[in-house]
Amino acid sequence: MALEITQYLLAAQSPDAKIRTEAESALGQFRDQNLPGFLLSLSFELSNDGKPTESRRLAGIVLKNSLDAKDAARKEHLLQQWVSMDISIKSQIKSLLLNTLGSSVSEASHTASQVIAKIASIEIPRKEWPELIGSLLANMTQSDRPASLKQATLETLGYVCEEISHHDLVQDEVNAILTAVVQGMNVTEQNHDVRLAATRALYNALDFAQTNFENEMERNYIMKVICDAALAKETEIRQAAFECLVSIASTYYEVLEPYMQRIFELTSNAVKGDEEAVALQAVEFWSSICDEEMELQDYEVPESGDSSAPHSRFIEKALPTLVPMLLETLLKQDEDQDQDDGTWNLAMAGGTCLGLVARTVGDAVVPLVMPFVEANISKTDWRSREAATYAFGSILEGPSTEKLSPMVNAGLDFLLNAMKDVNSHVKDTTAWTLSRIFELLHSPATGFSVITPANLQRILGILLEGTKDAPHVAEKVCGAIYYIAQGYEDAGTSSSLLTPFLRDIITNLIATADRTDCSDSKLRSSAFETLNEVVRCSNLAETSQIIIELLPVMMSKLEQTSKLQIVSSDDREKQGDLQASLCGVLQVIIQKLSSADETKPIILQVADQIMVLFLNVFACRSSTVHEEAMLAIGALAYATGPEFGKYMQEFYKYLEMGLQNFEEYQVCAISVGVVGDICRSLDDKVLPYCDGIMTLLLKDLSSGELHRSVKPPIFSCFGDIALAIGEHFEKYISYALPMMQSASEVCAQMDDNDEEMVDYGNQLRRSIFEAYSGILQGFKNSKADLMLPHAPHLLQFIELVAKDRHRDESVTKAAVAVLGDLADALGSNIKTMFKDRAFFTELLGECLQSDDEQLKETATWTQGMIGRAFSVCG
Amino acid sequence: MASHDIRRPFKRPAISDQQRRRDISLQRQAQNRRDAQHQARCLASTILSLQPAQYEPAEPDHQLQLELEPELQSEIESDVQRQDLRGIDDVRQASRLKGAEARRWFAKQLMLPEWMIDVPERLNTDWYVFARPAGKRCFVVSSNGTTISRLRNGSMLHRFPSALPNGARTSNNSNSGQSYCILDCIFHEPDQTYYVIDVVCWAGMSLYECTTEFRFFWLNSKLVETGACNAPSTYHKFRFSTVPIYNCDHEGLNVAYTGPVPYVKDGLLFCNKHAHYQSGNTPLMLVWKDENCSQYVIDTDGKGQVPNQQQVVLELLFDGKLATSDDPPVIFGCLSGDFIKKTGLQAGNLLRFAISEGGLSFVGWKIRESGFALPRQTQPCSTFC
Repeated sequence: MALEITQYLLAAQSPDAKIRTEAESALGQFRDQNLPGFLLSLSFELSNDGKPTESRRLAGIVLKNSLDAKDAARKEHLLQQWVSMDISIKSQIKSLLLNTLGSSVSEASHTASQVIAKIASIEIPRKEWPELIGSLLANMTQSDRPASLKQATLETLGYVCEEISHHDLVQDEVNAILTAVVQGMNVTEQNHDVRLAATRALYNALDFAQTNFENEMERNYIMKVICDAALAKETEIRQAAFECLVSIASTYYEVLEPYMQRIFELTSNAVKGDEEAVALQAVEFWSSICDEEMELQDYEVPESGDSSAPHSRFIEKALPTLVPMLLETLLKQDEDQDQDDGTWNLAMAGGTCLGLVARTVGDAVVPLVMPFVEANISKTDWRSREAATYAFGSILEGPSTEKLSPMVNAGLDFLLNAMKDVNSHVKDTTAWTLSRIFELLHSPATGFSVITPANLQRILGILLEGTKDAPHVAEKVCGAIYYIAQGYEDAGTSSSLLTPFLRDIITNLIATADRTDCSDSKLRSSAFETLNEVVRCSNLAETSQIIIELLPVMMSKLEQTSKLQIVSSDDREKQGDLQASLCGVLQVIIQKLSSADETKPIILQVADQIMVLFLNVFACRSSTVHEEAMLAIGALAYATGPEFGKYMQEFYKYLEMGLQNFEEYQVCAISVGVVGDICRSLDDKVLPYCDGIMTLLLKDLSSGELHRSVKPPIFSCFGDIALAIGEHFEKYISYALPMMQSASEVCAQMDDNDEEMVDYGNQLRRSIFEAYSGILQGFKNSKADLMLPHAPHLLQFIELVAKDRHRDESVTKAAVAVLGDLADALGSNIKTMFKDRAFFTELLGECLQSDDEQLKETATWTQGMIGRAFSVCG
Repeated sequence: MASHDIRRPFKRPAISDQQRRRDISLQRQAQNRRDAQHQARCLASTILSLQPAQYEPAEPDHQLQLELEPELQSEIESDVQRQDLRGIDDVRQASRLKGAEARRWFAKQLMLPEWMIDVPERLNTDWYVFARPAGKRCFVVSSNGTTISRLRNGSMLHRFPSALPNGARTSNNSNSGQSYCILDCIFHEPDQTYYVIDVVCWAGMSLYECTTEFRFFWLNSKLVETGACNAPSTYHKFRFSTVPIYNCDHEGLNVAYTGPVPYVKDGLLFCNKHAHYQSGNTPLMLVWKDENCSQYVIDTDGKGQVPNQQQVVLELLFDGKLATSDDPPVIFGCLSGDFIKKTGLQAGNLLRFAISEGGLSFVGWKIRESGFALPRQTQPCSTFC
C-alpha cells in the first residue's frame, strides 16, 4: 500500500517553483485518493534510515499537519479523519514512528517524537493507544538502549505531557513518566544530552505533576533535582532548569516556601555571574513571583486581608537583598539597545522586574531605590546616569502618591534638564520617565498633578524641543505629551491650561509625523496617536477654531496619499499605514466637532469632500477594505445623519466587502458597527440596501470561520435594522428569528466554569435581547402580531437568563427592557403567557431595588408596560 | 525545544490608539442604540393614543367642536372618554394654554369619584385606599419655568416657582423646554401644602393611559427625587407631599380609616388599580365619608353650626323627578304635578329640602341662573372642592 514518495518530497523543496508546484500537486493527489496509503508512505519515509534527511523531515512535517491544525474546525476534521482510519494501518504507522525514535539521525527522531505526541493527543483521551507509555518507558529502563534513543524518548514524553491532560492517564502511569524524567535529570546521568532532554521534558510535564507536587516527599525530590540541574556544568541544562523554576513560580506558588532560600541563592548567583541566557531566566523567576503576588492582592478581600489562596509575601521578605541585586543589573546596558527592537538584555529584564516589585510592595521599595538614584544620577559615566533614571522611572507605579510626590516634585526639574544630556540613552530613558510621571502623577480631574500653571510652559517647551531629537527619543517624548493631554481630559477649568499651547503642540506633532529620518514608521504612529489624544482631550469651547483649521490640513494629507508612487508591495503597505493614521486623525476630529451643536455644521460642510477621500482610500486596495477608513466612516455617518444617504450608492460595495472579511475579523466587526450607524442615520431610507446587508449578516452568523466575537454585534445590528425599517423587517423574520433562537439555546448550554465563555455568553445574551427589542419596537405599530408565535420562546429565554447567576448588569438591563418591549408591542396578548410566570416579578423587584438609576428607570417602564397590558380588556 | 519566551514590554507605554478608537466607537454606537430604543419606547404612548384619530377620519374636527361647544359634551360622552386618553401632543399643547382657554380645558380634566354605595368586587385585591386631604382639588402644571395650579372650574389658584421638573427658572434646571408635569393635587390650606393624589404627566411623559398602579408607583419614585417635597425656599414656594396609599385589605382600610395623617381628612378615596386616568366621574374611583373620617359629612351653616336638620338641594327635572347635581344625576324622588303647579316651580329649579325622620320636606328654592354661585351649604356633597 505504501508508495515510494522520496522524489516528490525532495522536489517539493526545490528552489524551482514549477518543480515545487508539480510535486506538491502530486502529493496532494495521492493524499486525496488514498489517505491511509499516503500517511503510511510518509511514515515509511520518516522511519527509513536509508532515505535523505530532507525528505524524511518533510515527511514528518506533512504527517504532523495531517493530524493537527491551528483552526479549530480543521483540527476537528483531521481528528475525525484519523479516528475513522483502518486500525491496522494506524498500528503500522505508530510502530514505524516509535522505531524512528531510535534513529541515529536526530532530525528524524525529533520529528517522530512530535508526530507521536500529536497522535497521543487524539488517541490517549479515547483510550486507543494504551501501550504508548509502556513502550516509551521501556526505552528508558532497559540499560542496553543507546543514549540517543533515551534522549528522543524523553523529548517524546515531554511533548506527550504537553498535549494531554494527566486525567487521561492513571496515576501509576503519571508517576512512572515523572520517575523516568527525573531519573534522566539526575546528576548521576552521565550523558549531557539525555540530562538536557530530561530537564526540558520536565518543563513540559510540570502541569502534569499536580498530584506529585501535593506530596511533600515527591515534591522535595523534584525540587532537589531541579536545583541540582541549575548548577550543572552545561549552560543549556542550567538554563532549562531555571525555566522549570520560572514555570513552577506560577504553577506551584503556594508550595514554594521551603525552597525559597535555596532558590534565592541560585538566582542571585546566576544574576551576578552566570551567562546572560541563564541570568535572564533567574530574573524572570522573580518577575513571575511578582505576577503571582499581584494577582493574589487583586483578589484579596480588602477588610480582612484574606484571600482564597495563601499569600507568602516572598517579594516583601526578599526585598532588602532582591532590590540591590536588580539595581546592579541596570548598569549592564547594551551600547545600542534603544535602537534595536530585538534586544532583550539583563538591564532591561532587571528594570522590568524592579517595576513589578514596586507594584507588588508599593511604598517599601522607595527607600531601597532612592539612594541608588541619588548616588548615580549625576555621575560622569552615562551608564550610571541612565541606570539611575531607569530605576526612578521603574518605581513610579505602585507606591502611593503621597510617598512619590515629594520626590517627583523635587526631581522634575532635574529630569527636564536631563533632556539635554549628551547621551541619547539617558535622554531616551528620561523622556520615558517623564511620560510615566505624567501618566501616573498628573490627574487634575482628581486634584493632583505635578504640573502647575507655573511649570507647564517650561515642560512643554522642553518636550516640543524633544520631538526633534533622535527618533527613539522623540517617540518617548510623544508618549509624555500624550499623557499630559490625557490628564486634562474632563478636568474642568484645568483643561483650559493647555489651550494656549495647543497650536504649538499640534504644529510640532505634525512636523514630527512628517520626519523622514526614521527607519520605520513607529515615530510617525506615535506622533499621530498623540495628536489624536490632544484633539480628543482638548477643551472644545476654547479650541474649536484650532481643530477646525486642522481638518483641511489632515484632509489634504490624506488626499496626497493616493498620489504616492506605488511600485512594490512594500510601498503599498507604507501607503496603507499612512492612510490608517490619517483616517484615525480624521475620525477623532469628526467625532470631536460633531459632539457640539456649534461645531457640527463644520462637518456637514466638508462631509462630501471627506467622503470622497475615504472612498479613494478604499479604492487603493482591491480585495480588502481599510479598517481605519471604515471606522472613520461610522463617525461620519453619525455626524451627518440622514445626509449620509447620498453616499450610500458609492459606499455600499465597500460595506459589503467589509462584511465579508472573515480573516480580518476586526474589519468585519467594525463594518457591522457601521451598519448600525447608518441605520440610525438613514432610518427607513436604508431599506434598499437591507436585502444585501441582511444576506451578508446571516452568512456571517452561520460561518464557522468568522471569529466568534463578531457574532454578538451582528445580533445587535439586527435590532438596529429592524428599528430603522419597522414593518419592512417582516421578510427577514423567518431567517433572523431561527438564528436568534438557536443562539439563545447555545447560551443555555455554555460552560459556566470558563470565565471567558461566561463573558462571551453575556455578550451574546445581551445582543439577542437587543435584536428582539429592535424587532418588537419596529413592529409595534402595525405588525406586532408577527411576533406572537415567537413570544413564548423569548419569554422562556428571558426566564432562563433571569435565573442565571453569572448574568451581568448589562444583560439584566437588556432583559428587563425586552420584557417591556414585549408587553408594549403585544399588549393584552401577553396576559396568558405572563400569567404563570413568577420570574418576571422577581426580576423587576430585583431591578427596582438596584442602585443603577438607568436600570431602575427601565424596570419601572417595563412594569408600566406590563401593567398596561394587563389592564386593557380583551 | 524553543526557549521559554520571557520578553516583557520594555519602556513602551501601553497605548494602542487604534484599540482606543475602536472602543470609543463601540461605546458611541452602544449609546446611540440605547437612545434609539429609548426613543422608541417613550413614543409608545403617543402612537397608541393617536390611533383613534387615525381610525376615525370622519371626525376630524372633533377636538375643535369640543372647544367651541362645551355643552355638547354629555351627548358625545363616549367619544370624550376616548379623547381623554390623550397623548403627549395635546397634553403638551394644553400645558401651554393661557387665560380663558386654559380655564376651559382644565375645567374638564380632573378625574372625579362616584359615591361608594356598594362594595365593589375584588375590593381587597384590585383597589387602593387613602385618606383624602381636605382642601381645594386642583391640577398643578409645571412648564416653561413656572408652576400654575388650577381649580376644578379651571380658574387659577396659584402661580409659583416649584422644584417640579421645569417648574422654576433656576440655572440648574436641566430639563428641556419640552419637559412639563401635570399633577392632580389637593391644596391643603392649614399647612400650605399641595398633596399630590395622582399624576397625569411627568417630565413630558403622558401617563394618561397607564394604570393607577403604575402612576402611583411613578409618582412615589419621582416626586421626592425632584426636591418638591422639601420645605419651601426661594425657587420652591409650596411644599408638595404624597399621601400614604394602602392596599384595600383589612389592615390597609383600617389604617386609612383610623390612622393619623399630617392633614385634615376628608373621607376615603378608593382607586381601582387597573384604571387609567379618565376625566370626569368614574366608577373606578369611589369616595366614602362618615363622621369618623370627614368633618364635612354633615352640613354646617355659614357660622359653622350644625343645623337642626340636614338639608339637601335637588334639581327639578321636566318630568317632576328630583335629582342631585351629581354626574350622572341620582334620582331622589319626584314632586306631584299639583305641587309643582301650586308653587309655580319650573324644570331646572334647585329646591332645598330638609331631611327628617319621615323623608324630605320642601324648604325653598332658587331659580338657577347661568354662572350663579351657590352658597356653600347648598352644594351637594358629591361635588368636591
